[in-house]
Amino acid sequence: MAKIVGIMNTSHVPAIGGAIHKNLQQDPYWKPFFDGFPPIQGWLDRVKPDIVVSVYNDHGLNFFLDKQPTFAIGAAPEYTSEDEGWGIPTMPSFPGDEDLSWHIRANLVRDEFDIVTCQEMLVDHAFTLPMALLWPHQKWPVKSVPISVNTVLFPLPTARRCYKFGEAIGRAIASFPSDAKVLVIGSGGLSHQLEGERAGFINKAFDLKFMDSMVDDPMWATQFSDLDLVEQTGNEGVELLSWLVARATLPGRVKLVHSNFHIPISNTAAATMLFEPL
Amino acid sequence: MTVLAKKREIPGTPVFDSDAARKGYALNKMCYSFNSKANRDEFVRDEAAYCARFGLNAEQTAAIAKRDVPGLVAAGGGVYFLGKLAGGVLGLDMQDVGALQTGLSKAEFQAKLVAAGK
Repeated sequence: MAKIVGIMNTSHVPAIGGAIHKNLQQDPYWKPFFDGFPPIQGWLDRVKPDIVVSVYNDHGLNFFLDKQPTFAIGAAPEYTSEDEGWGIPTMPSFPGDEDLSWHIRANLVRDEFDIVTCQEMLVDHAFTLPMALLWPHQKWPVKSVPISVNTVLFPLPTARRCYKFGEAIGRAIASFPSDAKVLVIGSGGLSHQLEGERAGFINKAFDLKFMDSMVDDPMWATQFSDLDLVEQTGNEGVELLSWLVARATLPGRVKLVHSNFHIPISNTAAATMLFEPL
Repeated sequence: MTVLAKKREIPGTPVFDSDAARKGYALNKMCYSFNSKANRDEFVRDEAAYCARFGLNAEQTAAIAKRDVPGLVAAGGGVYFLGKLAGGVLGLDMQDVGALQTGLSKAEFQAKLVAAGK
């Protein structure tokens, strides 16, 4: 059966795409963020995952408000990106792992998660940037399964629901008849707020507590409602829901391999964490 | 008749909820169209005509004309959709957008972000 070999959670910010495009990794502003990745790239060289299951939130590229799914999964042979209207450089297309997509999709539905299935799906910066941070040459050595969580339109799925969703994804991966090594990515957060008079809000203390909880108390954040999370982490800090989904694919304790935290990147408290199963 | 519970307010923090989505649909749909460069160019050629084509109301059209970011949020704009207008059409980054909403200069807004990390 397939095995989850790691969970990598990271922030995503459109400006990271511009920094990659302009080779600003060593620029004083960007270096503290990009320095979080060489240890993870070394881990990837050793562990060599075959498939990425990436949990992220679409920001109005593939989904608009005409149809806004709470949870959606890609089941396509290939995924492409666009400039998103923000002028983000596009990347080489991402090969999909259709077999695992369809397997997860069927298992989630049987597990009472009524996920939307997308046989065509554009992937935005929340999916593409973690990939480019892990594999800077952008020659993807993995196949992908994108899973999108609504953080655009409130109410959002509750943190508790997201945790259970992650557990169900983990069970589905563990029953996939293959010897594939799977890396689960959670993309988003941490605290930031783009709109309103409180724009620029960052909550370092909450972020550090949340990062601690990811190691040995992953259900900690499930106590919060979506508006509790807005209050604590800012409107867009709620993207930490993707971290919860990803982390819950390996419930219980995990080994922390690497962690990085830097404020600010653009308007965001930027964090990266890599875990392995014990 | 349903009596709705009073909404929870978080100071300075507009939440893109059902009410905002209902109010802002035309505005957000227009901003969503800016995923395409051809549409961005068309907007720049004739803003008023482009707004009219998407059925923006007077409040939304006026907020666009005035580059009034708080007004666009109040008119139901979702920030991820407005971001395509701000970034792709108006050439503003998220620190510009933050400064415009907080009454700070861009440098002051950036300094506030840096201070949050101390």
